[in-house]
Amino acid sequence: MATLKEKLPPIGQLGPFIALLIACIAFGTTTDHFFSGANFSLILQQVTVVGVIAIGQTLIILTAGIDLSCGMIMALGSIVMTKLAADNGVPAPLAILAGIVVTSLFGLINGLLVTRIKLPPFIVTLGTFNIAFAITQLYSGAQTVTEVPDMMNWLGSTFPVGGTNVAYGTVLMILLYLAVGFWLRETGAGRHVYAVGNNPEATRLVGIPPEKVLLGVYVMAGVFYGIASLLSVARTGVGDPNAGQTENLDAITAVVLGGTSLFGGRGMLFGSLVGAVVVGVLRNGLTLMGVSSVYQVLITGILVIVAVAVDQLSRRGGR
Amino acid sequence: MSAIAPSTRIVMQAKGLVKRYGQVTALDGADFELRAGEILAVIGDNGAGKSSLIKCLSGATVPDEGEIILDGQVIHFKGPIDARRVGIETVYQDLAVAPAMTIAENLFLGREIRREGFAGNVLRMLDKKRMLEESVKRMNDLKVGIRSMTQAVETLSGGQRQCVAVARAAAFAEHVVILDEPTAALGVKEGNMVLELIRRVRDKGLPVVLISHNMPHVFEIADRIHVARLGKRGAVLNPKKISMSDTVAVMTGALTPDKLPAECLA
Amino acid sequence: MIKLTLAAALTSVALAAATLPAQAADQPVIGLITKTETNPFFVKMKEGASDEAKAKGAKLLSGAGKTDGDNAGQVAAMENMIAAGAKTILITPSDSKAIIPAIKKAQEKGVMVIALDSPTDPASATDALFATDNYKAGVLIGEYAKAAMAGKPVKIATLDLFPGHPVGAQRHNGFLQGYGLKSNDAKTNELAHPAEVVCMADSFGDRAKGQTAMENCLQKNPDINLVYTINEPAAAGAYNALQKAGKEKGVMIVSIDGGCDGIKDVAAGKIAATSQQYPLKMAAMGVAAGVDYANTGKKVSGYTDTGVTLISAKPIAGVDSKDTTVGHDLCWGKK
Repeated sequence: MATLKEKLPPIGQLGPFIALLIACIAFGTTTDHFFSGANFSLILQQVTVVGVIAIGQTLIILTAGIDLSCGMIMALGSIVMTKLAADNGVPAPLAILAGIVVTSLFGLINGLLVTRIKLPPFIVTLGTFNIAFAITQLYSGAQTVTEVPDMMNWLGSTFPVGGTNVAYGTVLMILLYLAVGFWLRETGAGRHVYAVGNNPEATRLVGIPPEKVLLGVYVMAGVFYGIASLLSVARTGVGDPNAGQTENLDAITAVVLGGTSLFGGRGMLFGSLVGAVVVGVLRNGLTLMGVSSVYQVLITGILVIVAVAVDQLSRRGGR
Repeated sequence: MSAIAPSTRIVMQAKGLVKRYGQVTALDGADFELRAGEILAVIGDNGAGKSSLIKCLSGATVPDEGEIILDGQVIHFKGPIDARRVGIETVYQDLAVAPAMTIAENLFLGREIRREGFAGNVLRMLDKKRMLEESVKRMNDLKVGIRSMTQAVETLSGGQRQCVAVARAAAFAEHVVILDEPTAALGVKEGNMVLELIRRVRDKGLPVVLISHNMPHVFEIADRIHVARLGKRGAVLNPKKISMSDTVAVMTGALTPDKLPAECLA
Repeated sequence: MIKLTLAAALTSVALAAATLPAQAADQPVIGLITKTETNPFFVKMKEGASDEAKAKGAKLLSGAGKTDGDNAGQVAAMENMIAAGAKTILITPSDSKAIIPAIKKAQEKGVMVIALDSPTDPASATDALFATDNYKAGVLIGEYAKAAMAGKPVKIATLDLFPGHPVGAQRHNGFLQGYGLKSNDAKTNELAHPAEVVCMADSFGDRAKGQTAMENCLQKNPDINLVYTINEPAAAGAYNALQKAGKEKGVMIVSIDGGCDGIKDVAAGKIAATSQQYPLKMAAMGVAAGVDYANTGKKVSGYTDTGVTLISAKPIAGVDSKDTTVGHDLCWGKK
């Protein structure tokens, strides 16, 4: 039992990479166009919005919380940005900032409800999910905003790398992952996020107020949702009030597939990017194979269960 | 390893502590005294005020009345952090460790060391190498036999975990180490391992307050025994002279201290 | 004599007064239950219904399921509306079979139930159906595309809704039928897959996902020259993807819906042709029928096609279409 115990944690961390590798090999050998720079660049662009939302979601799940409102907050952010620019003539940089401020505010609201009123994150974000959605629909009048300034689309444009085109948004996403990953691994504040997720009472007793850490995490997540809303505008070229509806669960799926434990305190940020890419690869690969998208949903579901099971087993090894 | 004879210098003292929770009076004018270089066991029946006393001493609770004196100075704790700041470290029953994190990380949780220069001040990077070295050093000082400081706390046995928690307290304490039921839920071998460690902590010059239900363990390492009874200090006993059964009797009130020979009192 | 007249006058006044509140209580109450609150199609439907209700002095209750397919939510809404006095229920059924028992219960209470936009299964379970023929809508754009392609070899990508949805299947199969390819009839939920269709991907009727679906299809087959899309948001996403790949000039996109944003895209040359449907009309007709029932007790019955019009900026000989000015006048959404 001891040797199994010691072996499983590495598998838990490596799992998402292995899954990605298997998927890539499977699709590479059964289709013609999977293994190409252009295709990979495309997949990265397709998962960028979910990937950045997943950064915020990872932070929250690391504290044993969960955020069901992330996609809706992102949609609100993109509507705020685009409407301020299109309807009120606000200069693009300010409009973008305003959008991010609004999403961070929602993050703050989530955080306050969790830390001050002590409501479970699931319930809180279920509520703010609906509130954010309603505000988005009302503010936008359920209309897509199509007059979008060029600056907001910039992240969607590409530049050549080697033989293929890479979007600036993709680069931003990778940089954000590197930065936040560094913060989580190397700084005291980052390590405290893990500690709070693992044993909040312990952190309180050693002088780290868990509420302060939690509040910080929810606000940070809000900032990332705001960046994701800009990326969403850049990808589609519009402010879409109906965006973000599936991103809520997609982001959680990416985090879970990436090996972060829903019980908090364990996980690698980069895993969430791998998780998001796995979903994107499945969708892309199955389309290339001509297989119905129902199978994409099926396989994703199976992978999620495997991921959670591996996490549980590796934790059961040491109690 | 012979024990240093307890001197009579008083390190920590409490006088007339009162704590009420609604209608219930948990502490009713309790006194307390801890001498330098000793292991003082605190025993008492449920409801005797044992845990409330410890909570006041560790800063987890603020008493309604009474005062706490550390090395001659009256102190007021507003929270457990205040107690740590004046050099009192407490190991709680649930150990206050993050099981998924490593031993080294847990040792320095809340007091992490940052790197020098730009990396530390601007990027706020932690000096993991130094914290690891320190952890190894402290554990070796206390002769705690755990191979690797980079393994997760949850991979340790219960006894080893307790040792980590005790070693953490001993590493950072300046005046007092308080241990709440350190050998509860441990097997014989593991319990002995922890007792050995507690002795070493005392031998390094830190007085230890030990709350325990385990009479054999109490009798094995305590220099004096503080009996909490009915929210007050019932008696302070000398484990070398009094029998275990008499001690239990004093605890339950079947035997009053005035009925004991003088040598049994400490 | 005077006393008698006074008594008679007072009595008639009292009687009149007693009937006045009763007349206010006679205000027809009509319930509208859509599949979801969020799909713009249903948002517009609700607006159309509520405008018509206001105009006719009726009271409109509205509700919906939480998601497409949420039958329980629609059943609950129906029960609540009937309890609140609704005598007519207009419903776009999320699950065409599962809703039937609730409809029967309502009809037993004397409530008239009209299906909007898509029928129940069987269609006779409701008193009437005001719908648009989604299959026909597909056929129209299929015919247009065939004529526009003028015999060139075609490689088709279909950006569908998601598996198992009747509207998605009808539009898809209708399109292929209209193009003259081997297809399924209007009754099945299975998507036909003739050889000319080189890629089938799901867009969920969403811009971003439509873009992803188009990108993946282009990866699979860069020579795609005709794209069928389930609705105009998906078409907009497809156009984005084509533009990024530099292919927007050589690929034709056709769609269905006829929302104002979509008509703008037709005028701008992004969508070659779209079949315009009239959710506002469906809803307004439903409300009018409900008011009629409340006032005269006469129920409406049978299937009324609220019509579909092919809108295109580039008319093709042999295919009847209207231009974007007409489309704009009739479109639903923000003009």
